[in-house]
Amino acid sequence: MIQGIYTIKENKSIARDVYRMVLEGDTSPITAPGQFINIKLEGHFLRRPISICDYNDGELVIIYKVVGKGTEQMSQMTKGQALDCLVSLGNGFSVEKGGKSPLLVGGGVGVPPLYKLAKELIKQGAKPTAVLGFASAEDVFYEKELEALGVTVKVATADGSYGVKGFVTDLPMKGFSYCYACGPIPMLKAVSDHTDCSGQFSFEERMGCGFGACMGCSCKTKYGNKRICKDGPVLEKEEIIW
Amino acid sequence: MVTKVDLCGISLDNPIIPASGTFGFGYEFAELYDINVLGTFSFKGTTREARFGNPTPRIAECPSGMINAVGLQNPGIDKVINEELPKLKECFHKPVMANISGFSIEEYQECCEKIDKESQVGWIEVNVSCPNVKHGGMSFGTDPSAAAAVTKAVKEVTTKPVFIKLTPNVTDIVSIAKACEEAGADGISMINTMLGMRIDLKRRKPVIANKMGGFSGSAIFPVALRMVYQVYEAVSIPVIGMGGVSSAEDVIEMMMAGATAVQIGAANLVDPFVCRDIITQLPDVMKQYGIDRLESIIGGAHQ
Repeated sequence: MIQGIYTIKENKSIARDVYRMVLEGDTSPITAPGQFINIKLEGHFLRRPISICDYNDGELVIIYKVVGKGTEQMSQMTKGQALDCLVSLGNGFSVEKGGKSPLLVGGGVGVPPLYKLAKELIKQGAKPTAVLGFASAEDVFYEKELEALGVTVKVATADGSYGVKGFVTDLPMKGFSYCYACGPIPMLKAVSDHTDCSGQFSFEERMGCGFGACMGCSCKTKYGNKRICKDGPVLEKEEIIW
Repeated sequence: MVTKVDLCGISLDNPIIPASGTFGFGYEFAELYDINVLGTFSFKGTTREARFGNPTPRIAECPSGMINAVGLQNPGIDKVINEELPKLKECFHKPVMANISGFSIEEYQECCEKIDKESQVGWIEVNVSCPNVKHGGMSFGTDPSAAAAVTKAVKEVTTKPVFIKLTPNVTDIVSIAKACEEAGADGISMINTMLGMRIDLKRRKPVIANKMGGFSGSAIFPVALRMVYQVYEAVSIPVIGMGGVSSAEDVIEMMMAGATAVQIGAANLVDPFVCRDIITQLPDVMKQYGIDRLESIIGGAHQ
């Protein structure tokens, strides 16, 4: 993990209250898809943890939803502004576990980390299927971006205004080699119940530091107590206590 | 520029000490920088039994601070001695401050007696001020006679300097500090967090699952400074000052109020490199204020 200054290259809305920000800076500390960065914002005591959507040499992409004053402030930032970030945090997904036909399940702002994961899975010869869940048509993002990578994408919306009406679990969930999921806890649990393969699930919790020092985001697992920020956010299906 | 200070007969290269609960058992920070630059650090509050702590969410943000209700999550004294301290030994070569908490006088005594035997430990910091646990923790620190009883019991079974860590959630912190001194404490650590709360307007419920928690961060610095100033006047044992310290200037201000050494807590959680950076900046800030020896300014604001 490093503390670095990252410069905003792009920051624009891609769905209702959802923004995509491109940051330039040192991306060498990032070791796996599914990790996150922690952003310092003027006037806010704690940093804002946001998952990494994509990265390459010298550039990373985050997608965030405006849910409070901090993310509201971020949404108003413009090209050239500098952000103090801790990069990179958390364990991330294990790409090598994916097998030939992995299933990626994302709910809302749980979708972004699946993008780089899909890229890496395809690079190792897998044919991923992505199932994305949103509240409504205006919330949908990254369906086409994932398709452009070669991923088979299916979308569910709660109100039925786009794709299948219902939740991600209303789409086929069985017969895949492995499952990667990121989204709200009720969705993760439903996905765990509906899939018949092993998998990794990425969790969210209210964090203090984001790097394992404060023990603010601990959870109990079958393998002992874990900190969502440092030992997670990705947990193995087998260890999760729902 | 001399940044050395003496803390109960043990020399610190500088007075900077990451506070308990914000630095784990040190070795994870050693991946970020060489933690041997620190004066020392106070390790995660340790109890007799392993504890998960309180349910989540246990963090809430505030203007210029945060509330935590972690509730003393720790692996228990035996694992700390057998697993955590050996890991620390690999990367930290100075005496460490052992932070001990408990739910009964016997528990404080048992844990302190065990940790006192560890050669890596330089000082024992007895936490009678955790606001996040029931029946224990802070209840020993809000009454002078209870605080004195813990102090006396711990002193009976230990050989190393004992600091009693006090809570600010009292009417008269001076009387508690004096009671600890009379009971044999070698020093006072102060202050622990202030009891606070936030409510989520949308849910109409407390943000924190445990409802309340300990408020820390730069917002509490003036309160901590005032209390250190008051206690310094009333006792003749050293005071470790803490509460909202986040810069080299804050460190100097805290020392002028009467602190021999200074702990940094919440600031670590926002900027993991803050202690290292403060240590680097100290000589320049000392020069700016005409300070040659840091030790010479302890309690300087009282003259």
